Amino acid sequence: MTESALQPESPNQAPDGVKLAAKLVGSTDTRSPSELPIEDVCLKVTDLALLYDGKPALSEINMLIPRQRVTALIGPSGCGKSTLIRCFNRMNDLIDGVNITGRIELNGLEIHDQEVDVAQLRRQVGMVFQRPNPFPKSVYENVAYGLRIGEKLSKSELDDRVEQSLKRAALWDEVQDRLNDSALGLSGGQQQRLVIARAIAVEPSVLLLDEPASALDPISTLKIEELIAELKSRYTIVIVTHNMQQAARVSDFTAFLYLGELIEYDSTLKMFTNPTESKTEDYVTGRYG
Amino acid sequence: METSERLPQEHRSLFRERMNLGVWFKSGEPWVWLTATAVGTSIIAVLGLVGIIAVKGLAHFWPADVVTFDYENELGAHTIAGEIKQRVRVPREQFEESSYGQQLDFIGDPRQLMLKSGNRKANAPDFRWIYEHHITRQEKQKDMIVFERLEWGNAYGMMVELQEQGNTVFTTEPWKELKRRVKRVVDLRHQALVIQHRSIDGINFKLEKLRLKQRSRELRGDYETADLDRQRERLNEEYGVRERELNDVNAKLDRDTVIIAVAGGKETEIPLRNIVRVWQPNNMNVFIKFGHYCASIWAFLTENPREANTEGGIFPALFGTVLMVLLMSVLVTPFGVVAALYLREYARQGIVVRLIRIAVNNLAGVPSIVYGVFGLGFFVYLVGGSIDSIFFQAAQPAPTFGTPGLIWASLTLALLTVPVVIVSTEEGLTRIPKSLREGSLALGATKAETLFKVVIPMASPSILTGIILAIARAAGEVAPLMLVGVVKLAPSLPIDANFPFLHLENKFMHLGFHIYDVGFQSPNVDAARPLVFATALLLVIIVIVLNLTAITLRNQLEKRYREALQ
Repeated sequence: MTESALQPESPNQAPDGVKLAAKLVGSTDTRSPSELPIEDVCLKVTDLALLYDGKPALSEINMLIPRQRVTALIGPSGCGKSTLIRCFNRMNDLIDGVNITGRIELNGLEIHDQEVDVAQLRRQVGMVFQRPNPFPKSVYENVAYGLRIGEKLSKSELDDRVEQSLKRAALWDEVQDRLNDSALGLSGGQQQRLVIARAIAVEPSVLLLDEPASALDPISTLKIEELIAELKSRYTIVIVTHNMQQAARVSDFTAFLYLGELIEYDSTLKMFTNPTESKTEDYVTGRYG
Repeated sequence: METSERLPQEHRSLFRERMNLGVWFKSGEPWVWLTATAVGTSIIAVLGLVGIIAVKGLAHFWPADVVTFDYENELGAHTIAGEIKQRVRVPREQFEESSYGQQLDFIGDPRQLMLKSGNRKANAPDFRWIYEHHITRQEKQKDMIVFERLEWGNAYGMMVELQEQGNTVFTTEPWKELKRRVKRVVDLRHQALVIQHRSIDGINFKLEKLRLKQRSRELRGDYETADLDRQRERLNEEYGVRERELNDVNAKLDRDTVIIAVAGGKETEIPLRNIVRVWQPNNMNVFIKFGHYCASIWAFLTENPREANTEGGIFPALFGTVLMVLLMSVLVTPFGVVAALYLREYARQGIVVRLIRIAVNNLAGVPSIVYGVFGLGFFVYLVGGSIDSIFFQAAQPAPTFGTPGLIWASLTLALLTVPVVIVSTEEGLTRIPKSLREGSLALGATKAETLFKVVIPMASPSILTGIILAIARAAGEVAPLMLVGVVKLAPSLPIDANFPFLHLENKFMHLGFHIYDVGFQSPNVDAARPLVFATALLLVIIVIVLNLTAITLRNQLEKRYREALQ
């Protein structure tokens, strides 16, 4: 289990880990995702199963991911969290031997449809990876990358969009004087926020964050978490995390996956205070994982 | 008690370990020595090679003193003057066997001098061997002059008289007068060359074009020639004017003659128009000699060869080599990169791709002469022949592209070097982290966009590494070139002032072939030998310069992408 140093105590040692976690939960949402009105559903996953070289990696996933909320995917290593999140922008298409069945609807449109342009889908469903992966270009060019590919913008429009994205990613103040310097000269945390800026520059509706803070130090992690809280007013966010405290702090809804199955999916408050499944309780209290 | 008993025992065991060879082997130290020896040997070999080439090649240009010898051998007394080129020891037995029973009145082996005595004539060599013990007198005459001639190599002698149109020129400073007049001749010759190249060659080129135009009209059944005849007439007129200009210059060239006395007192006459340079080595101090030395090297690099390549410079070969290598790089890079991109990025990684990869790797090991044969058969005869029959019918039966030429040599070498470009590009492509490709794809870039905007720029250092290896191989290759375009003496450079300026179908000269030609096909071995070393040195330097350029470029790029690749 990757744990942030911000975490006050390890839940393994805390006898009342559940209560401790409950204190950390930032969200006050108590509805179950299944109770959401249909217009609040951004991604609808129905009977999703994924075979990798004939072996099941995900099975029978049914989820409704609410719009402009943060949904966290938690679970032990190898449970399929990342595989699931990569289904949402069809990144798994790039891997040989992957076979997907079931439906994923983005705003009511099936993303596996023949007529869906994968590049367009990925512009709508942005993704940030575990390790910061800025291109070996300038800060400016990194943010402008997606814009140059997808849209025909004038120089001044491009400048505006780059500035706007960097501001939204809370990075503008730190990099405005070094837009033309290499992005590789930024710190890890700055790089990760740059990658987020790059992703939101193309104005996606969904932002997938695959363990965005696991390679960062505590201060940078805090900044990323604050950023997530700000971004959820604009974007539907799905975050994979190993860190339960983080899930509790940033998310409104939490899904617990175990061995490729969705064990429980509910509001974060409920998941961390009163989970229905004993497996969930065991995991969030740190009995295993 | 216990410790005091154990202590000496430990000492003993330590001592034994030091002396034991088996332990020494086990320690791995011999291995370190072995590896270090291998590296040391390689370094010595490389430095030795470059050193010998450099010393022998560069020494040739030093204006050595001219020594006059009186010597006496079984055939009588002689006087000879020349530059000492070599001193060798001859085994005593060999001397006695070949010297008509002469006895040596000293102990040890006799020594022989090789003199560059110049003054070559049809049946007299310009290099002589004389025995040191035959020498009765030697002297460096102050006013000895070396005349570098257009034909027949150098002449050595004292100036007797300067003549202008057969009449003696009276002057108080004959040496300065001679130099002034030689300079005039050099300038006139340059003028003649300019007229020849800028005007007459151009007119000839246009006349040939007209002929081809007429011929292609005839092939179409069109016998209208009035306009062409008018043009031809105009060109011929201009030709006449230029030719007269040239004749004027030539007449001026014939004005002066110098009469010299060669060693032994015989007088001989040298028309000044045959003289390239004159100098008085015995009158020069080290600094003047150094200036002369640099000028000689410069002349070597910038002049055309003379006397079946044994005299003069190597400029056309230098030019041809660089041009051919650059053309080869331009051809091989896109081809190799595109092939590697398909193999690594698009093709399904299976048994077929693996077989192709093995085949490509093995292609790099095919002997180069095989590529030469292929190039001749495929490029020259098939492709070139087809081009001729489609586009150059008017010139038939004389081939235009259907004969060995620059483009075919470049293509053949591109084919020869494409495996190394493919292999190193592929290596570069595999080194690019998946996360960067995914980052680009996740932003809605297509695979092609990702390749062009992220992958290929990041793989560019590896691509350049491939080009470096290709250049290193191509620049030194000779065997295939002999089949597909290199000649002993090319009449013109592949680049000139006539449209389209770069003549890809021209034959060209190449340093590698030049070395072979001068070294092994030359009528004058002794004169050619130092040129072989000098040319070899130049070839090595060119390869190093081309490589260093590419390496610098690659390092620049690598610096930019290093962090992203970690």
